[in-house]
Amino acid sequence: MAYKIEKAEMIAENIFEFWINAPHVAKNARAGQFLVIRINDKGERIPLTVSGVDGDLVRIVFMKVGKTTMFLSTLGEGDFIEDVAGPLGHPSEIKDWGRCVVIGGGVGIACLPILAKALKESGNEVTGIIGARNKSLLLLKDELASHCDELVVCTDDGSFGYHGFPVDILKKKLEEGVVDCVWIIGPAIMMKITSLATVPYNVRTFVSLNPIMVDGTGMCGSCRVTIDGETKFACVDGPEFEAASVDWNELMTRQRIYTEEELKARELFEDHTCECGGH
Amino acid sequence: MSKRKAEERIKDFNEVDHGFSKQDAILESLRCMDCVRPQCIKGCPVNIDIPGFISAISKEDFRKAAVILKTDNMLPAICGRVCPQENQCEGVCVLGNKGKPVKIGALERFVADWERENGVQIPEVKEKTGKRVAIVGSGPAGITAAAELAKEGHSVTIFESLHKAGGVLTYGIPSFRLPKDIVKAEIDKVLELGAELKLNHIVGRSVPVDELLAYDAVFLGTGAGLPSFMGIEGENLNGVYSANEFLTRVNLMHADSFPDYDTPIMKKDKVVVIGGGNVAMDSARVAKRMGADVILVYRRRKEDLPAREAEVENAIEEGIEFVCCANPVRVLGEDSVAGVECVRMEMREEDASGRPCPVPMTGEGALFTIDADVVIEAIGQSPNPLLISLVDNLERGRKGNVIADEETGQTSIENVFAAGDVATGAATVIEAMGSAKKVARAINERLK
Ligand SMILES: Cc1cc2nc3c(=O)[nH]c(=O)nc-3n(C[C@H](O)[C@H](O)[C@H](O)COP(=O)(O)OP(=O)(O)OC[C@H]3O[C@@H](n4cnc5c(N)ncnc54)[C@H](O)[C@@H]3O)c2cc1C
Ligand SMILES: Cc1cc2nc3c(=O)[nH]c(=O)nc-3n(C[C@H](O)[C@H](O)[C@H](O)COP(=O)(O)OP(=O)(O)OC[C@H]3O[C@@H](n4cnc5c(N)ncnc54)[C@H](O)[C@@H]3O)c2cc1C
Ligand code: SF4
Ligand code: SF4
Ligand code: FES
Repeated sequence: MAYKIEKAEMIAENIFEFWINAPHVAKNARAGQFLVIRINDKGERIPLTVSGVDGDLVRIVFMKVGKTTMFLSTLGEGDFIEDVAGPLGHPSEIKDWGRCVVIGGGVGIACLPILAKALKESGNEVTGIIGARNKSLLLLKDELASHCDELVVCTDDGSFGYHGFPVDILKKKLEEGVVDCVWIIGPAIMMKITSLATVPYNVRTFVSLNPIMVDGTGMCGSCRVTIDGETKFACVDGPEFEAASVDWNELMTRQRIYTEEELKARELFEDHTCECGGH
Repeated sequence: MSKRKAEERIKDFNEVDHGFSKQDAILESLRCMDCVRPQCIKGCPVNIDIPGFISAISKEDFRKAAVILKTDNMLPAICGRVCPQENQCEGVCVLGNKGKPVKIGALERFVADWERENGVQIPEVKEKTGKRVAIVGSGPAGITAAAELAKEGHSVTIFESLHKAGGVLTYGIPSFRLPKDIVKAEIDKVLELGAELKLNHIVGRSVPVDELLAYDAVFLGTGAGLPSFMGIEGENLNGVYSANEFLTRVNLMHADSFPDYDTPIMKKDKVVVIGGGNVAMDSARVAKRMGADVILVYRRRKEDLPAREAEVENAIEEGIEFVCCANPVRVLGEDSVAGVECVRMEMREEDASGRPCPVPMTGEGALFTIDADVVIEAIGQSPNPLLISLVDNLERGRKGNVIADEETGQTSIENVFAAGDVATGAATVIEAMGSAKKVARAINERLK
């Protein structure tokens, strides 16, 4: 049973937004959960966050970083993905925290609208802080703004909004004492550095970990991370965890396990001259 | 029945055992004495009429042999290949007293393979009952329950998390022991009985619990897929794999063929496998086929290895080095594995299970290091808690298994039944199937 891509769009350089027809995922997915796709019979299973749902359709927003995402980006409306499994992982802990700050970096920004919406609907005051290299990478900005009481935008180059990083804005908010709960979603190093800001304030800080995964259902241990000295499987115990409990160095080291293989796969894909754009 | 030479077979993943030729099958069948009191039937967990099907082989009536086999065992092509016959049917065959039991497993495989090549008869399906049954998991337990209930005319839906059905038969047992086209053929036969298969459906997530419990009956066959880790230092270094991950990458995702297939795996020279069961043997033999030097570390003695006898023999022939009476203490390395530090074990008085107990030695020479690039932990699996933890009031045992009546599979929830590894903990294919068959019968009674 293959899953149809109903809509496919490049929304920024190297970043794509797809809507896939997968009712079993769409009808049950909540903010914070992810899905796993396998494009075809030779494909790898890769995890992608549920960025939005609409009826039978589920949205993914992904960055082209290697073989699978590069190949995925060549697909379009009407093409099929062989396998889509989900929703996976625990949903974000949505309740009336009070004043929430949701922070996104890189492709993690696209994970925020669904989260902000759920927090807003539960009575929270939601502040969004997003940071990117430049204005074009502020993914789904307007959609996110519609679910936030305040949205602060940062760019590294100052081409739009605040010239600096989300962590600077977060620090200000924490100093003002207006924060009850924080979510940080982005590359591991960004989550690590940003989350250090909340430590002195003893504020609940959720991060969404992104270790390497195979099944996503808890049967292999590939995604194991160390939380407060204990081994947890990010795909079933997470993917969200309390930031201060995470062994970040271990996570980032484990993410590098296949760097050699990934490079080889990318080179082979880039050399491939077949017109079909596939294997 | 012969097998391929070790030095040749370690170069690929093709089946190791040659099946019987027709002549050899008949010759072997003639050895059976058609005992008045056949112990072999009692030795088989599903009580197959062994002398019956063997006698049919001797008369060259393979179709009849298949019918007799299939009465009690739905997956003979699989059981003939993977049953630990030495502990079951062949272990009690009277000819074993002279050291050579009848090769019941190989004969079973012969009949199953013959049937597959000559056309399988699909059993009759009764009139539709309108009752809906949800089967969770498509391993041997789920497949067997699905077949039995579909035959009774119930509307059966099988939910499977992964993108392929078969459970351990697909992701765990390597193709050189159990070819995947055979697994697929067996599963397709079940689906022809009218059961619907929904892959990529994780029950508890893709199918919420309340939706599951709305079925007239629910069969839990979710297996024991949670891998155990030793809890030793260095276990999260790059290069330490659970056997489940290692085997899944190769058997399910074909990582051995990277980059032709996209899933990577660490392809290194020195592999250390920890454990002594089928899972350890399979991990070791897969690593061997990927070109590594493989050392298997087991905490008890060689004679205590619980793996299927034939697989231990095959592993030795294939050049896997066994270091017994040793247990890992620490994995060494910076970011990646460099070695494993082990402690020698000595066998002392019996423990609760009646077996001599391995105890770490102390003093000089007790510790030693094995160089390694990859470490595979094959020390055990337990029931995957994902679904189980999401169902309220589902009584569980200490090891995370679902408490289910041995005969009926009844759990603490009225319309929920369980069988296979999820109820017993990691066991065998035939036990999962035999139990699932009994439970399916109980479900059928309940649905009347
Ligand atoms: C829970 C979760 C949610 C994610 N959500 C998104 C998302 O919404 N959008 C997005 O663009 N990316 C997301 N990712 C990351 C995404 O899975 C990787 O970018 C993708 O797997 C890379 O595959 P590739 O073949 O294109 O690149 P590769 O060249 O194979 O790898 C590039 C990098 O991606 C990581 N990676 C590779 N394989 C895997 C794998 N099987 N599982 C996890 N990480 C891997 C590695 O750290 C690697 O260095 C998520 C990861 C996790 C764990
Ligand atoms: C490597 C290995 C080698 C083995 N070798 C042998 C051997 O030689 N001989 C022998 O007799 N036995 C062997 N065994 C044991 C045997 O395979 C098992 O006892 C048997 O497979 C158990 O069957 P099962 O149906 O209960 O579970 P499984 O085969 O584990 O199947 C369970 C299925 O349920 C699915 N599932 C789990 N949770 C969910 C969920 N929430 N929603 C949907 N689907 C779900 C899983 O993805 C899986 O496909 C071996 C086991 C392993 C791991
Ligand atoms: S199912 Fe297994 S135990 Fe029973 S007869 Fe066949 S090989 Fe022997
Ligand atoms: S015990 Fe052995 S010899 Fe006797 S009937 Fe069974 S298989 Fe034949
Ligand atoms: S990805 Fe396999 S256990 Fe989490």
